[in-house]
Amino acid sequence: MNHPALQFQDRLNRRIFLKNSSTAIGAAALGSLLQDEAAAASPERYFPNFAPKAKRIIYLFQSGAPSQMDLFDPKPQMEKHRAEDLPASIRQGQRLTTMTSGQKAFPVAPSIFKFAQHGQGGIWLSELLPHLSTVADEMCVIRSMFTEAINHDPAITFCQTGSQLAGRPSIGAWLSYGLGSANRDLPAYVVMTSFGTGRREDQPLYDRLWGSGFLPTQHQGVRFRNAGDPVLFLSNPAGVDRPMRRQMLDEIAALNQRDFESFGDPETATRISQYEMAFRMQMSVPDLVDTSKEPQHVLDSYGPDVKKPGTFAANCLLARRLAERDVRCIQLFHMGWDHHGGLPAAIRGQCSDTDQPTTALIKDLKQRGLLDDTLIVWGGEFGRTIYSQGTLTATNYGRDHHPRCYSLFMAGGGIKKGTTYGETDDYSYNIVRDPVHVHDLNATIMHLLGINHERLNYKFQGLDMRLTGIAGNLVKGVLA
Amino acid sequence: MRRALLILLASPALLAAEPAKLKYNRDVRPILNEKCFHCHGTDASHRKGDLRLDLRDQAIKPAKSGDIALVPGKPELSQLIARVELPHDNDDVMPPDKDGKPLTAEEKAILRQWISEGAEYQGHWAFLKPERSPVPKITDPKFTLRNEIDSFIAERLQEEKLAPSPEADRATLLRRVTLDLTGLPPTLEEIAAFEKDTSPKAYETVVDRLLKSEHYGERMAMQWLDFARFADSHGFQTDSSRAMWPWRDWVIKAFNDNKPFDQFTLEQIGGDLLPNATRDQIVATGFNRNHRLNGEGGIIAEEWRIENIIDRVETTSFTWLGLTLNCCRCHDHKYDPFSQKDFYSFFAFFNNIAESGTIQGSSNRSGGNSDPVIQVPDKEEEIELAKLRKKIEAAQAKVTETQLQLPNLVASWEAEMEKPEAAKKPMWDILPISEAKSQGGAALRKLPDASWIAGGRNPDFDIYTVTAPLAEGSFTGLLLEALPDPTLPNQSLGRAPNGNFVLTGIEGTFSAPSLKKPVKITFTRAEADYSQKGYDVKLLLDKNPKNGWAIDGNDPKKRLERNAMFTVDKAVHVPAGATLTVRLLHQATFAGHNVGRFRLSTTDAEPALASIDGTGGPPAAVLAVMKTPTENRTPQQRSELEKYYRASVDSPLRDADYALTAAKAELEKYDRIVPSVMVMKEGPVRDAFILKRGEYDKPGDKVSMVTPAVLPPMPKNAPSNRLGLAQWIVSPENPLTARVWVNRAWEKFFGYGLSKSTENLGTQSEYPVHPELFDWLATEFIRCGWDMKAMQKLIVMSATYRQSSKLTPALLEKDPENRLLARGPRFRLPGEVVRDQALALAGLLVPKIGGPSVRPYMPDGVWDDTSKYGDLRGYKADTGEGLYRRSFYTIWKRTAAPPTMLLFDAPTREICTVKRSRTNTPLQALSLLNEVTFVEAARGLAQQMMQHGGATPEQRIAYGFQRATARSIEPVALKQLTTGLKQRITEFQAKPAEATALISQGTTKADATLPPAELAAYTTTAAVLLNLDRVITRD
Repeated sequence: MNHPALQFQDRLNRRIFLKNSSTAIGAAALGSLLQDEAAAASPERYFPNFAPKAKRIIYLFQSGAPSQMDLFDPKPQMEKHRAEDLPASIRQGQRLTTMTSGQKAFPVAPSIFKFAQHGQGGIWLSELLPHLSTVADEMCVIRSMFTEAINHDPAITFCQTGSQLAGRPSIGAWLSYGLGSANRDLPAYVVMTSFGTGRREDQPLYDRLWGSGFLPTQHQGVRFRNAGDPVLFLSNPAGVDRPMRRQMLDEIAALNQRDFESFGDPETATRISQYEMAFRMQMSVPDLVDTSKEPQHVLDSYGPDVKKPGTFAANCLLARRLAERDVRCIQLFHMGWDHHGGLPAAIRGQCSDTDQPTTALIKDLKQRGLLDDTLIVWGGEFGRTIYSQGTLTATNYGRDHHPRCYSLFMAGGGIKKGTTYGETDDYSYNIVRDPVHVHDLNATIMHLLGINHERLNYKFQGLDMRLTGIAGNLVKGVLA
Repeated sequence: MRRALLILLASPALLAAEPAKLKYNRDVRPILNEKCFHCHGTDASHRKGDLRLDLRDQAIKPAKSGDIALVPGKPELSQLIARVELPHDNDDVMPPDKDGKPLTAEEKAILRQWISEGAEYQGHWAFLKPERSPVPKITDPKFTLRNEIDSFIAERLQEEKLAPSPEADRATLLRRVTLDLTGLPPTLEEIAAFEKDTSPKAYETVVDRLLKSEHYGERMAMQWLDFARFADSHGFQTDSSRAMWPWRDWVIKAFNDNKPFDQFTLEQIGGDLLPNATRDQIVATGFNRNHRLNGEGGIIAEEWRIENIIDRVETTSFTWLGLTLNCCRCHDHKYDPFSQKDFYSFFAFFNNIAESGTIQGSSNRSGGNSDPVIQVPDKEEEIELAKLRKKIEAAQAKVTETQLQLPNLVASWEAEMEKPEAAKKPMWDILPISEAKSQGGAALRKLPDASWIAGGRNPDFDIYTVTAPLAEGSFTGLLLEALPDPTLPNQSLGRAPNGNFVLTGIEGTFSAPSLKKPVKITFTRAEADYSQKGYDVKLLLDKNPKNGWAIDGNDPKKRLERNAMFTVDKAVHVPAGATLTVRLLHQATFAGHNVGRFRLSTTDAEPALASIDGTGGPPAAVLAVMKTPTENRTPQQRSELEKYYRASVDSPLRDADYALTAAKAELEKYDRIVPSVMVMKEGPVRDAFILKRGEYDKPGDKVSMVTPAVLPPMPKNAPSNRLGLAQWIVSPENPLTARVWVNRAWEKFFGYGLSKSTENLGTQSEYPVHPELFDWLATEFIRCGWDMKAMQKLIVMSATYRQSSKLTPALLEKDPENRLLARGPRFRLPGEVVRDQALALAGLLVPKIGGPSVRPYMPDGVWDDTSKYGDLRGYKADTGEGLYRRSFYTIWKRTAAPPTMLLFDAPTREICTVKRSRTNTPLQALSLLNEVTFVEAARGLAQQMMQHGGATPEQRIAYGFQRATARSIEPVALKQLTTGLKQRITEFQAKPAEATALISQGTTKADATLPPAELAAYTTTAAVLLNLDRVITRD
């Protein structure tokens, strides 16, 4: 491997790092899905821009849009206005989806769920979240999130890529591109998905949500499959065991090595190392997903679903195991939060899926000393309306999409614990204090991981593209 | 570094001791563009300090402060130099430190030199018409000059003091050009033929053969599909299916026919607007319907109509012009001289399509093509359609002919009707009810007239269930007679104390020995001879179970027999031995309002003719006409009578009418299975506006169809529509189109474009490495009539293309990306070609061209892990040839695209992609080693080796190696592979179950005549071959 071609390539890469971040990293990444920490720590490296608060992120995406006023943003005074029409002064002529724009009335539907304050910080949480209530002092709830899109597909694409339309890299791809991998045997960006029990036929997910857009494709998220090999094509075909695979790889490597020596293409050398990495992944991934040695009390803490592959609980446990292995970006997508009708029953289901495992994940990380340098984000793509979609009764209502405000929470590395940030009006319809745009959230996430979002560019079509477009402000109020 | 590298490559003069005069476009513009124009360029809203550096006359004018940015010839007096040379921590340094884009020392030196030399500007090179430079005269014999390309390349190599590489060996060259032009590897026969052919034209013969191959069109289309964002799904949310493959097949054929690029363009952008457009020309416009379509619940149609148009603007401008007009959606372009007005004027060309913006004419969940569409039958379907149309014509002719008889037919019918024997058989047959039960416990009793009466307990909300035998034949309706009876309250019809009833539902089912389960009868029409106000009999059929039919039974004057009739839409066939069950429901809010006495009858009369009174005769209005003497009837009366007769009376004319209706229905049904494709079609003209901040609901100034101001205007005779736009794009005056095509062709063959930024030739593009060659090729493309095959032949015939790709450390140091082309190109094959090649080497490939997309093997849950919506779920692989077709025929669901293709850098096809990344990852290795496609292909190659390779392991391995790489294997490699193979043969012989497991992968069966253990071992060795770097690379 000491071929002069490689030495040159190495020098070239280093020089590129020094000059211009944008073209540089693409070339530097040169086929390395998995760069090692040694390289990441190199003083010549452009990112992180400064000491990161968090080394990794676990992003628990709640797809479909959880209702903020039933979970995080209590509006008890709404009871007085039950069934009254939403005042025009609140709606302010803002657009609605065509699912409710034809409704004759917009009756205010107060949440039927009780709220209480928890922890020293006194964070208000709904009775739907009894487990999270026990870790309230680890959380920072943002009640003043807002977005631009009003339908799921564009809205979730916007959260993930900074654009409502397809074509941009996802946040995990950006992090993989900017920070590389800290693990030699696992991808930098791992995605897991689960269906919710609250609404089984809910909004689908799309490859683009973890895609690499215009970044080189090695930065796309690797989605762990819920059935069969967690990583595609991981297992040897029937009839080929590991020693035989080793022998085959040795033959491939020997022939490739000879070609490399006579043709001198650095890509050939990279290919040799990628095949070795593949061989290592065949060990590291099964080891990662094998939870049989987890102590019973740990399994119990995640709740009964933890034993069912493909559930949110099982994925939370894997998230912890990935965090332990220093995977940079771990993202879970939990579907089933789109509650246009029958919200009370549906949200109970969703909360029973997520409340306990999320809490267990936080506690588990903490107990292992990993919470301090792991950033956790829990939230969806927009909020829901205070008015009922469809008939409002004493025990039932539905809520339509609402982009103008919503809530989410963060925890872990660099987050101001036990706090609530931002405020909405009495109807949880408009933001009255400290608005946080999706770009602001993403800028803040990047900041916590040590990246100035204005510096992480990639030249595409002649422009310096970035996750936050030409916007995004750091939300200092949520930082420790 | 980009700059430094670029200068290194682009400007040899800089490396020499004497700095040669700078060229603005080559040396200076890239610096200004990258570091200055963002705040001092075209975008007025972002301009700082009122300074423009993109226009010379502005930059050399004194500012308010008196400072002058550029003083030509005098860098020391130029404020620009003063500011850029400040230390980086000075507040006034330019570019500002916070931008993170400091100038390098080299860049500062260039700016200084440029000002010294007079600070001359040039227009952006790609916006100037290409100039055809003379071909350089090269005399040095070390350069092989096969055509003009080589002379241009040689001139530059001479400047760099580099020598070209020798021609690649024949096998390598044949493999390279075959893969490049067809995407498939050469066969052993082709290799042998080429090696044997000693004529000087041997290579050209190969090239001509390849350009004539049908697979050439496939290879070309493969890239065009990325540009066109072609897919088999709509792309948003439910991501249901669409069928655009007829457009894809048009593209393949257009390439194979070598349709000139200008015509290729005209047809795809404006084919529907060509005079007497053919079906093929309309199909071509599917290009701009390949964009995604949103059908999510709750969307606002106009928002998405606008997005669709913007997608077309972006795709059209990326594909043909290499421009990033999309930047102007929200604001004037920051770097390029395009305004937001330019963008929306371009937008206006695509604004009048007859479309809603969402999925229409099909369904968000179940998929289908969305209007406007055109039908594209194949030959057989064409014949069937013709047959069906002929049938309609014949039926129509029969109708026309029989119609002439109408007055006579009516007259004879009238005469018939007057005869006493015309008294028809009764329409209603009383139903012989065998059993009647009350759910609430009332006693139901049969009376001699076949009616039933309820007595005893009067439950609140009763349901009567009656059963009766039903005659074989046809069933069309049910008659309910409600009868007054002295035993009922007030001697009325109902059981309520006031004598009324509310019947809220009537349900019918019949069962028969020949039926698996009872058949439900769906009543669609209800009529009564009397209904109480607010209780119309029709309410009985509505969805609200409490609504129903009442008859004012409380009113003493209205306690009369009342009849209601319920009919079906279409006659129901009743088999022999059937039993009818009817349920009468009383579920109104009023308790005890149950029917008192009733009788049921059935009919088989035409539903349209059924009447309560059972006469079956004409309605009163028609009878009135009939009573009027013939000579006194008005034309209206005659027509009314005829209309009635025609619709209701069995006659030859009615038969003819029925036959016509049936023939039309048959065609309509067939129409639905004939493939269609979404196309462009002009609808009503819509006004176009500049959209403020790019938002659909913020229209600003009105705009019209105009091409961007900075480029040459539309040709004089070009119409103001999409066709005119297309004519402008391929006008020889347009500086971009030919360059864009040539640049991408170059990229395909050499790995990088002449300007590396093949996706963008705007001012941010890379200055070309060989500007003269670039322009020469662009002018040549236009000169030869936009002949794509001729241009590609020119490239692959060049000595430059034919060089060996062997790299030396010196060359790698000097030119790592091989931009100077002192050696041949070497890079990994595209994902589709990696798979196609494996199938071909295995002898598995089904080389069929075109047709609907196919379903090869996919990992479990490929569509279902993330979606429970839409019709593209539950992926089921094909069983036959669909498993082995070329990869770009694989069904493409955009939100869950074929995973292996994504691993090998295919874009998701959600948006126009003109350039793919080229990565090298462990996940690719896992796929090639373990995916069933490649394991089956390895077995296929192993069989080829054992069947055709000879008798010994050495011969067989050498055969396999040559098949996979086109070259002969070296002895050392052969020895190593043979050793491994022999070991594994022994191993598999000891483990027969493992051997069988390995050779049973995939659906093709292993050759049973081969010993399983040996075949398994050869399979592993074939897998080694398929994974070699040189196999997945074309070198």
